[in-house]
Amino acid sequence: MSDSGMVNLTIEGRAVSVEPGTSVLEAAKTVGVLIPHYCYHPGLPVAGSCRMCLVDVEKAPKLAPACATAVAEGQVIRVHTEKARTARKGVLEMLLINHPLDCPICDRSGECELQDFTYQEGPAESRYRDPKRFNPVEDFGGDVVYVPNRCILCTRCVRFMDDVAHDPVLNVEERGDRAHIGKFEGKDLTHPWAANVIDLCPVGALVSKDFLNKARVWELDRAASVCTGCSQGCNLVVETRDNVVMRLKPRPNPEVNEFFICDHGRLNYRWMNRRDRLESPAIRGAGGYEAVDWDVATAGAARILKGKRVFVLASPNLSNEALWLLSRLIRKSGGAGAFRMPNGSEAPLPGVVDLALRADRAANGAGAELLGMTRSESPLGGLQAGDALLIVDHDLAPEDVAFAGRASAVVVAGTAMPAGLERADVLLPMCNVVEEDGTFTNLRGRVQRFLQAKAPSGLARPSWYVLSGLCTALGDSAEYFSASAVFDALATEHTEFAGMSYGVLGLRGRRIASQADAEVRA
Amino acid sequence: MSHGPSASAGAIIRSGHHDDAPYEPVFVGEAKVRLDELVKRYPRKVGALLPALWMVQEARGWVSEAGMAEVAAQLDVTPAYVKGVVTFYTMYNQHPVGKYLIQVCTTTPCHVCGAEDVVRAFLDQTGCGELGVTSEDGRYTVIEVECLGACGFATPVMVNSDFLESVSADRVADVLGRYR
Amino acid sequence: MGYPYKPHASETLVLSTHFGDPEARTLKGWKDRGGYRALETALGMDPAAIIGVIKESGLRGRGGAGFPTGLKWSFMKPDDGKPHYLCCNADESEPGTFKDREIMRWTPHALIEGCAIGAYAIGAETCYIYIRGEFTEPLQRMEDALAEARAAGIVGRNAMGTGKTINVWVHKGAGAYICGEETALMNSIEGKRGNPRIKPPFPAVAGVFGMPTTINNVETLTAVPHILNQGGAWYKNFARSDNPKSTGTKLWSVCGNIARPGNYEMVMGFPFGEFLRDICGGALPGRELRAIIPGGSSVPIINMEEADRALMDYEGMAAVGTMLGSAGCIVIDNAQSIPRQVARLARFYAHESCAQCTQCREGTAWTTKILERIVAGNGTAEDLDTLLDVADDMTGKTICVLSDSCAVPVVSALQRFRGDFEALITKKTVHTVPVVVS
Ligand SMILES: Cc1cc2nc3c(=O)[nH]c(=O)nc-3n(C[C@H](O)[C@H](O)[C@H](O)COP(=O)(O)O)c2cc1C
Ligand code: SF4
Ligand code: SF4
Ligand code: FES
Ligand code: FES
Repeated sequence: MSDSGMVNLTIEGRAVSVEPGTSVLEAAKTVGVLIPHYCYHPGLPVAGSCRMCLVDVEKAPKLAPACATAVAEGQVIRVHTEKARTARKGVLEMLLINHPLDCPICDRSGECELQDFTYQEGPAESRYRDPKRFNPVEDFGGDVVYVPNRCILCTRCVRFMDDVAHDPVLNVEERGDRAHIGKFEGKDLTHPWAANVIDLCPVGALVSKDFLNKARVWELDRAASVCTGCSQGCNLVVETRDNVVMRLKPRPNPEVNEFFICDHGRLNYRWMNRRDRLESPAIRGAGGYEAVDWDVATAGAARILKGKRVFVLASPNLSNEALWLLSRLIRKSGGAGAFRMPNGSEAPLPGVVDLALRADRAANGAGAELLGMTRSESPLGGLQAGDALLIVDHDLAPEDVAFAGRASAVVVAGTAMPAGLERADVLLPMCNVVEEDGTFTNLRGRVQRFLQAKAPSGLARPSWYVLSGLCTALGDSAEYFSASAVFDALATEHTEFAGMSYGVLGLRGRRIASQADAEVRA
Repeated sequence: MSHGPSASAGAIIRSGHHDDAPYEPVFVGEAKVRLDELVKRYPRKVGALLPALWMVQEARGWVSEAGMAEVAAQLDVTPAYVKGVVTFYTMYNQHPVGKYLIQVCTTTPCHVCGAEDVVRAFLDQTGCGELGVTSEDGRYTVIEVECLGACGFATPVMVNSDFLESVSADRVADVLGRYR
Repeated sequence: MGYPYKPHASETLVLSTHFGDPEARTLKGWKDRGGYRALETALGMDPAAIIGVIKESGLRGRGGAGFPTGLKWSFMKPDDGKPHYLCCNADESEPGTFKDREIMRWTPHALIEGCAIGAYAIGAETCYIYIRGEFTEPLQRMEDALAEARAAGIVGRNAMGTGKTINVWVHKGAGAYICGEETALMNSIEGKRGNPRIKPPFPAVAGVFGMPTTINNVETLTAVPHILNQGGAWYKNFARSDNPKSTGTKLWSVCGNIARPGNYEMVMGFPFGEFLRDICGGALPGRELRAIIPGGSSVPIINMEEADRALMDYEGMAAVGTMLGSAGCIVIDNAQSIPRQVARLARFYAHESCAQCTQCREGTAWTTKILERIVAGNGTAEDLDTLLDVADDMTGKTICVLSDSCAVPVVSALQRFRGDFEALITKKTVHTVPVVVS
C-alpha cells in the first residue's frame, strides 16, 4: 500500500488507485472498464456465484471472480485475455442452454444484461441439442411476476429481500438444474419495497405486472427526476413514450436512496398522465370560463390580486422555484401561505440507512416551510374575509371549499381544477412535475433537481414561468426566463441555498447549508 | 412447481396429494422440550433447523408446508427460508410416501453391480411400476438415490430407516416379505 | 479389514483392528482395548505439543484433499477471544467411499476420542460430528457411544475431570453430497442450504457460525489417538522410504466389479496392482478388470496398465495421472459400458450440484444429457468435442470443486477409453461380454 493509504494496481493496462478492500470489479469501474457480471450488485452482499466476472490476475493460476476479489498492491488484472474471455463465454453459453430465448416477448429485452453481455462476448450459436427445462410462470404477489425459464439464478432478488428488505420471503428451492426461485404459499412480495427485485433482476425473470407488455424499452424516452411520493426524495428516471409516462425507475443516489424506490413511489405516476387537465388560461365571465391568451389571463389575475392581501394555498409538491416566487408575492401583499401535508404510514427499507417511505406523502414540505409556507391540517383556517385566494395546485378538502367561500376572489394556478371548487375568477394552467424543470428540498434538506420528461399538456406553462409572470404583472422588477435563473435568484436571497446553482446541484443534489453545518457540528 | 426435463428426475417423489390439513403441531409436550434441548447445542437458534425438520418427518413421515411453517415459527425464521432448506436436502419428503419408502442406490459403484435390476425388481414386485409413485395399496414408494456410502455392499437399500446391505434382484422378494 | 472378511496378511491394522468386534463398540470394551488413554495424555499436554506430534507424524487429511493435519490445526490462533469449533466430516458421500461408516459402526469411541483430542488441540469447546442422514446405523452407534461418554464424564463440561469443556454433538445431514465440502457442511450445521462458501475467508478465520473452525474427516481424527499413543515417528514409519510425504495407514474402500469388495487398511505406498489382484481377489470369475477410479468418483479414471504400476499413496497416484482422494476405489470390468458408467456419474453430480455456480448447475446437467444421449445411441461426432469443451468450462472456475469433479471422469474416460464412446456413436459395440445391467 502506498503512503496515501490507497491500493495501486493495473487493470487492462490502466493505473488504478482505490481504497483497500475495494473489489476488482468496482476498481475497474473507476477507470471505465465494465467487467461483465450477474450476481454482483453494489447494493447487495457479494455472492460470487454466477462466475461471470472471471478475470485474469497476473501470476495466479486460476481466473478470479472480480466481484469477490479484493484489490492488492501491484496487482495486474486483465479482463480480455483469451482465457478469461473463453471462461465468460462458457458461462454465457451455459446460461443460455435452458433459456427460452423469448426476447421478442420479454419485457426486459433491450435492457437485459444477458442480452448485453451475450452480444458483447457470448457465443454466436449454442451447441445445446437437448430439451430445455421449463417451469410455469408464477405470481409472486405485489407488482411482481416470476418467469422461471428466464431466471439465471443470480439470487439478487433473494439477497435483496433477505439482506436489504429484511423480509426473507424469497428463497432458492431445489438444487442442481432443478433449482428455481420460490416463495412460500400465502407469503407474497408484499413488502413496501419489494418491487425493487424487478430492477435488480438482470434478466426478464421478474417483471412488473404494471408494465407487463406495455412498451418496448427502446421506445422509451428518459429523464432524471425526483419522486413526489413522499418527503424522502428518491431519485427517479421517468420513462415516457409519446408523451405518456410509462413507468418510473429508481436512479441511484448513494446519499438518498442507494439504488431503490418504494412500490408506492414506483406506481405513483398515473396522475402524471391525467387527461382532465387545465388546458388553457381562462377568465370567468358572464357565460362561464372563457379561454384567453396567457397575457390576458396573467394581467387578469394580477388585476384581481392587486391591492389585496393574498392568501396562497400552495401544494407541497411545488418546486422550490415556484414556492419562492409565491413567497415574494405573499410578502409584497402582506398575505400568508399554507399547505396541508398528505399522510400515510412510514415504511423503512431497513438495509439502507435513513431510507423510508415517509409519512409525509409529498416531495417538498421542507422546501415549502423553508420558504415561508405554514404546514397545517386546516390550511385555509388563516384565510381572512376579503383576502384574495391563490390556489396553486393544491387539492381541496370539503372544509377547504367552505373556507374558500370567504375569499373575495379566487385565482387557480395548477394542473387541474381542484375538485369541489365552485368557481374561480382566473385559471392559469401549469405543468405537472414531469413537464417542467425545478428542484425539491427533501426531509434532510437535500436540494435535488428534476428535469422535464414530457411536453406540457395544452397551453400549460411551467409553474415558475406562470408565477414569475404573475409577480412581474404585480410590479416585481425581475423577470425570469428559465427555472435555473429563478433558482439562482432564490439562492442569492436565502442563505440556506447559498452557493447553489443547477450546475452545482448536478443530478445528485446538495444539502442546504444550515442542516449540513448543523450535522458537522453534531 | 413442476419440472421439465432435468437430469436425475428418478429421485423425485411424485404425488398429487399435497395438503396436510388439519395440521396438528409437532412441537408440543415432550417434542417441544426435546427441540429446546437441541437448540442449546448451537449458538444460533436456526442451527437446530435440520434436527427440527427431522423431528417433523419422524412424526409425520413427510414435511408438509404446514410443518415447515411450524418449524419456522419455532426457530424464528420465515417459512420461505425453511422451504428453501427443505428442498435442498433430498431426504426430507416433500410429499407423503408409502408406508415403506424404499430407497435404492444406483450410483456407479452399485450400478456396475446390477443396481438397476434391483430397482426394476422393486418396482415390479411392489406394484409401484414407476419411480416416485406410491403403490395403490399405499404401502410402497420406490425411489432411486445417490451413493449411500456403502458401495462395498452393493446394492444397499434403505427401507424407511432400515439400512439393508447387498440386496440383489433375487433377494427383493425376501426383503418385501419383511415389510408388508 | 476384518469386516466382512478376515484381514489379509498384507494389511496393517491400526484403525481397523477392531472392525467386526461388537464389544469394541461399548465404552467398557473400548477402554479394555486401550481406549481413552490418548485423550488422558492429550489433556495433560500443551495443545501446541499435540499439534507438534501430529505434524511430526505426517498425517494428512483423509477426506480427499490430503492437507497436512498438524498444519491445519496450527492455523487456529490460540487466545483470540473467540469460540473455536471442530467439525468432524462424517458425510461420506463420495461414490466409492465407505470407510468412515465402518469406523463409526465398529469403533465409535475411537472417533469420539479423536474428536476430543482435536477439539482440545485447537482450543474448541464444541465439536459437531456431521453424519449423513442415510447412515442410520452409524448415527445410532455414535449417539449411543456419545451417551456413554457423556455419562462417564469423558466429554462434556468437565472432560475427564480436567475442568475443560469439550462438547461433542452429532448433527444429522439430510441427503446432500455437497455437504461433505467443508464450507457447505458448516452452512448445513448453521441450518442453511448446503451451499459452499467463497474463500477467503478460510474456515480457520471464519468457519461455522462465523467463528474459527477446523474440519477433519472421520478417518483423520480416528488416527489421532493412535499417533498420540505410539508417537509421531511410529506413524511416520508407515511410508515408502523414498516418499516421506505420505505416511501412516490408509483405509481403502474397494467396490464395484471386484471379487472381494470391502475396506482394507494398507500402509502408504503399497503396490496398487498387487493390492487389487491379490488382496482384493482380482476380477470376478470370467471377467477382466478394465478401469479403476482409485480415489472416489471425483478422481480421474485410469486403465489397468496405469493401475498396475501405481503406488498407493498421494504421490504414487498422482504419478499415474489420478489422485488418492478419499481412497474409495471403484473397479470397473470388461462387462461394463464405460460411457454408460460415466453418464451415471455425471448424473450423480447433476443431482448433487448445489446450483450456485452457473457452470456447475448447468454444466453437470448438460454433460449428463449429452452422455445419456450418446449411451442411448443418439450421439453425434461433435458431442465428444462439446463434452470436452463443457468439461473445460467446468474446471477451475467455480466456488468448489464439485463442478471439476463432474468433468474429471468425462475427460479422463475420453482420454483413455475414447473408442468406447466413438463406437456408440458409430453404433459399433466394444463389449467382449454382454452388458449385465439392463
Ligand atoms: C464436493 C466435495 C465433497 C466432499 N465430501 C467429503 C466427504 O464426504 N467427507 C470428507 O471427509 N471430506 C469431503 N470433502 C473434503 C472436505 O471438503 C474437506 O477437505 C475434508 O473434510 C477435510 O478433512 P481432512 O483434512 O481431514 O481430510 C469433500 C470435498 C468436496 C469438494
Ligand atoms: S429472478 Fe432475476 S434476480 Fe432473481 S435469481 Fe432469477 S435472474 Fe436473479
Ligand atoms: S461448484 Fe457446484 S457444488 Fe460447488 S459451489 Fe458451485 S454450484 Fe455449488
Ligand atoms: S458477478 Fe462475480 S461471480 Fe457473479
Ligand atoms: S454407490 Fe451405491 S452405496 Fe455408494
